[in-house]
Amino acid sequence: MHWINFPLIVIMVWSGLRIYWAERVYAFGILDWEIFHFFPAFFYEWFDINQRLARGLAFHFSFAWLFTLNGIAFVIYTWRTGEWRELAPNRRSPRGFLDVLLHDLRIRKVEPPKRGRYNEAQRLTYTLVVFLGALAVVSGFALFKPTQLEPLTWLLGGYTSARVIHFTVTIAFMLFFVVHIAQVARAGWRNFTSMVTGYELVDVEPDRHRQPEDVDDA
Amino acid sequence: MPEKPELSLEAYRKRSRRSLLTGGAAAVAGLLGWRWVQNQPETDNIPNVLRQGHELNESLWKSLFRHDHQARTFDREAASILRLNGRHGLRSEIDLDDWQLTVKGPDGTELGQHVLADIQSLPYHEMTIEHKCIEGWAQITNWGGARFSDFMRLYENRLPDNISHVYLKTPDGQYYLRNGNRTRDRYYVSVDVETMLHNQTLLAYNNLGEPIDELHGAPLRLATPLKYGIKQLKRIGEIQFLTEPGGDYWGERGYDWYAGL
Repeated sequence: MHWINFPLIVIMVWSGLRIYWAERVYAFGILDWEIFHFFPAFFYEWFDINQRLARGLAFHFSFAWLFTLNGIAFVIYTWRTGEWRELAPNRRSPRGFLDVLLHDLRIRKVEPPKRGRYNEAQRLTYTLVVFLGALAVVSGFALFKPTQLEPLTWLLGGYTSARVIHFTVTIAFMLFFVVHIAQVARAGWRNFTSMVTGYELVDVEPDRHRQPEDVDDA
Repeated sequence: MPEKPELSLEAYRKRSRRSLLTGGAAAVAGLLGWRWVQNQPETDNIPNVLRQGHELNESLWKSLFRHDHQARTFDREAASILRLNGRHGLRSEIDLDDWQLTVKGPDGTELGQHVLADIQSLPYHEMTIEHKCIEGWAQITNWGGARFSDFMRLYENRLPDNISHVYLKTPDGQYYLRNGNRTRDRYYVSVDVETMLHNQTLLAYNNLGEPIDELHGAPLRLATPLKYGIKQLKRIGEIQFLTEPGGDYWGERGYDWYAGL
C-alpha cells in the first residue's frame, strides 16, 4: 500500500499544482507576501507543470478516490494486523524524537534505541503523516463539495480556510518526502558499506511490491 | 506482531530476487497504465477515462443532492462586487432596452418571450453567498432576483415531465478575431434541472441592491452557490428546457459538465 500510495500522491500533488497555478497570486499572496511566494517560476519549469487547469481538475478528482481508498485500506490493514503498535508513538516519543534528531544532525554521538521496527522519530513522523493524509482527504472534500458537505467546510473554518489547510498539507507532504528520501538513502548507504543484507532484508518484505530504485519511473 | 523468521542467505537471495522481479513488473505496469491514461482517445478535450471519472463523480453527488441542503449565507456587509473573469459572450454591444428573453421547449419550438418586467413581477429574493470560481478564488457577493423555480412554473403545463436539463445561452454576438480566426462571440451552459429548481438558484437582475452592471451580466444572469462561476451564465438571451444534457462551453473544453459544489 505504501508503494501504491507513492505514485498516487505524486499525481495528486502534480495535478493539484496545476489547479493552484490557475489562482496562485491572490489566494496566498497576502499570507506570504514578504516571505516566500509559492512557487517561484523555476519550480514549475523544473517539474514540467504546465498551466492546464481542466486536466489538473480531471486528474485530481478521479485519483482523489484512489488515494482515499488506498488510505482507508492502509488504516484497516494496519489495524487488523496489529501493525499499528509498531507505528504508534507514546509518552516517550517526543523525547525520543529529539534524541534521534540530535543524533542524525551529528550533534550527539549516542545512537538512540529503536523500539521494535522504528525509532521514536519515525513513530512520531509516520503517525503524523497518516493524519496528514486524512486531513488532505477531509479538506479536499470540503473544497470539492462545499455546499453539499457544508458542515465539513464549516468545521475547517470555511472555504478559503479549507484551501489554505489543503495547501499547507501539500507543502508538509513535500517536506516529509524530501526528508524521507534523504533518510532512506542515508540508511541504505550506511548499511550498504557494512552489510548489504541488513538493509535489503528490511526493504524486501513480501508485502511490498516495489524496490526503491523503481521510484523514478512512477 | 510475530517476529519475522530468520532466513538462510540462499532463501533470502531467492526472496529478494523475486521481490525485485515483482517490483519491477509493478513499476512497468504503473508506467504503462500512466501512458495508457495519457494516450487515451479524448472526449471533449480530456482523456476518456478521466471524463468517466467526472461522470462517476457526477452520478454520486447527484444522488446525494438534496433540495434542503442550503449553501451558507453571509451578512450583507460582507458582500462586494465580484472580480471580472472573462468576457465570453459579452464582447458584443447590447441594447438593454431592446433585450428580450426567448424560451424554448425540448424540440426547439419557441414557447415564449419575456421582457425584464416579466421576471421582476415574480417574487423577489435576495441572497448573500460565497461565489466560487473553478480557478480557486472565492468572493462573497449579494444577488437579487426571481427564483428559477418560480419562473419555470410559468411553463409547467407546456413542458413534458422528463425535463432533465436547462440550457442557457447569451444572445448571438458579433464576430471577432481570436488568434487570427473569425469567432462568434457566444457562451452557453447546460445545468441539471435539480440545481435549477433549488431555492438558491436565481434569475438575478440585482447585485448588492443595484441593477447588475454590464460586465457582471446585465440585464439578467444566473446566480447559484451550487455551481462554479463557469455555469452562472451572464446576459441570458435564451433558455431552453431539455430532456438530455445540451451544449456546455467549458464542458466541451475539458471541464466537468456537472461542476457542482
